[in-house]
Amino acid sequence: MNLHEYQARALLKAAGIPVPDGEVATTPAEAEAIARRLGGTVVVKAQVHAGGRGKAGGVKLAKDAAEARAHAGRILGMIIKGLTVEKVLVVPAAEIASESYAGVILDRASQRPVFMVSPAGGIDIEEVAAKTPEKILKLGVDPRYGLLPHQAMRLGFFLYRDVAQARPAAVILQQLYRAFVDAGASLAEINPLVTTPGGAVVALDAKIGVDDNELERKPAIAALRDVSAENPAEVKARNAGLSFIKLDGAVGCCVNGAGLAMATMDLVKYYGGEPANFLDIGGSSNPDKVVTALEIITSDPNVKAILFNIFGGITRCDDVANGIVAATSRTKLAVPIVIRLTGTNEERAVQILQQAGFSALTDMDEAVERAVALAGGGA
Amino acid sequence: MSIFVDRNTRLVVQGITGRDGSFHTRQMLDYGTNVVAGVTPGKGGQSFEGRVPIFNTVAEAVTETRANASVIYVPARFAGDAVYEAADAGVELVVCISEGVPVLDMTRVLPYLRERGARLIGPNCPGVISPGQAKVGIIPGQICREGSVGVVSRSGTLTYEVVHQLTRAGFGQTTCVGIGGDPIIGTNFIDCLQGFQADPATRAIVMIGEIGGTDEQQAAEFAKAKVTKPIVGFIAGQTAPPGRRMGHAGAIISGASGTAAEKMASFERCGIGVMKRPADVVPLLKERRVTP
Repeated sequence: MNLHEYQARALLKAAGIPVPDGEVATTPAEAEAIARRLGGTVVVKAQVHAGGRGKAGGVKLAKDAAEARAHAGRILGMIIKGLTVEKVLVVPAAEIASESYAGVILDRASQRPVFMVSPAGGIDIEEVAAKTPEKILKLGVDPRYGLLPHQAMRLGFFLYRDVAQARPAAVILQQLYRAFVDAGASLAEINPLVTTPGGAVVALDAKIGVDDNELERKPAIAALRDVSAENPAEVKARNAGLSFIKLDGAVGCCVNGAGLAMATMDLVKYYGGEPANFLDIGGSSNPDKVVTALEIITSDPNVKAILFNIFGGITRCDDVANGIVAATSRTKLAVPIVIRLTGTNEERAVQILQQAGFSALTDMDEAVERAVALAGGGA
Repeated sequence: MSIFVDRNTRLVVQGITGRDGSFHTRQMLDYGTNVVAGVTPGKGGQSFEGRVPIFNTVAEAVTETRANASVIYVPARFAGDAVYEAADAGVELVVCISEGVPVLDMTRVLPYLRERGARLIGPNCPGVISPGQAKVGIIPGQICREGSVGVVSRSGTLTYEVVHQLTRAGFGQTTCVGIGGDPIIGTNFIDCLQGFQADPATRAIVMIGEIGGTDEQQAAEFAKAKVTKPIVGFIAGQTAPPGRRMGHAGAIISGASGTAAEKMASFERCGIGVMKRPADVVPLLKERRVTP
């Protein structure tokens, strides 16, 4: 789960990191009032889960409250990378002497948190890593001990030569690590970390991504979820315990297991179609989940054919068959359905489906090919 | 022969009286796995369906039954501690089926295990099966058969699909290992390749990877340098959009890295047969002169 910038700023502030004032507005009038309170020049920033907000016109400088109102009016409701802007953050425009980057991620390869800092901040860090890797210092942290003071100092001195800035930077990095752990984050970054003309070190923009597996034990973080920033069908799926991602094709897929679900999408493409979605109904599926899955898939107007691909292990094929029958007896399907089932209780499932007028296949390739053909080749 | 589990595996089940634990313990026993103990705190002294003694702690179970492997079916929030407990009790192999374990927990668990010489498989995995010898986890026994192909995979049902294709064509397996779909796991592709290379009964290897991370790429380089047995591989997620988590916590393309295309190219470069779909597994093995 990704946090909005204003949420990430609040977490960093709570950890003791110097973050400029700022407030969130959902209307132009609110933005104007905040700008007036802050006084002077402000920046109005779109709050969406997308990179490149500046390039998309979602970040604007305003010299007074009236201009802040005008900018907020344009930015609110704007669509950036498919996401509608519902909120803007209004912050004072900072005077900047230098910009750097500081971040910590859960690194898959080294299996521990890794800090990454660079004096070349304010821009895309992946670009810095690709073009000028010598401008980045990486440092792995033993999660049992945390970021040790001398490690933080080493990072601080990589960013700033002057101890008057390296030392506060080191403190900020230790606070950042604390915030990272407390939030159950997989990524926490400050970009840019700036120095002001007066020499203070300040976090200007923040980004935090949280490990979904942490949410159960961190209710305060889970409460930060912004459902308005997500696709409604994906929210409905998550609430039903399904894993669903909407795509643009015509073949609606319903599969048990994430790997098989991806492989099914790939096979749709292999046979010339396009998948309409990724959908994993999970391991021990009950008929109710199948009903919800079908509701979600059929609510997509692009779907021209539905494909079930079930490999019964823990999942019992007869459960899935019962779900399909229950769902289709309530609302008749407007598009054709192809069902592939194999494994646990396959015979019972085929019987249930046949009695309800469906036919079932046992071969994955045959089923996918048929679904693609029924969807008109995905076109 | 096989890797990780065999006839000498003496298994303790952590969470044996839970819904998943009891269901799968029955399946493992019926398969012939030597389940010597179960653990549920507070139920020590009882028996699991008259077949397996239950203990309060793993330490007690190991002392009483000389268990040398454990399988964990406890809820995710208890899974980290369950792994520590198994390692503290001196268990050599810990298989964690539980899904949803916080990744940060794993970064602390893994060095702890390594210091004690224990191996973790998982978390968020279907476990290990050496057909005809032992099944530790949830892989359905009936789709496997004894043979000479080693299978390693990040997925569950996709593994069953591929194993099913192998079995139907007469290609049995030495061991099938599900290493799990999380970003940080105890046993990776390289560990399994190393095991299969050293196992005389394994004559060919099937690798099933997916988008996210660089494990497959590193394994391909390792295979090129160190593995003499033929390998074929599949990568799921060729149509996955970047930046989205595809069900598995670890299945995500970050930036431009971890794509299926990148992994398939690295397979190709390192001499691994690239399956475009699950049904390619048998023809590609035959192309490499592997016989059932």
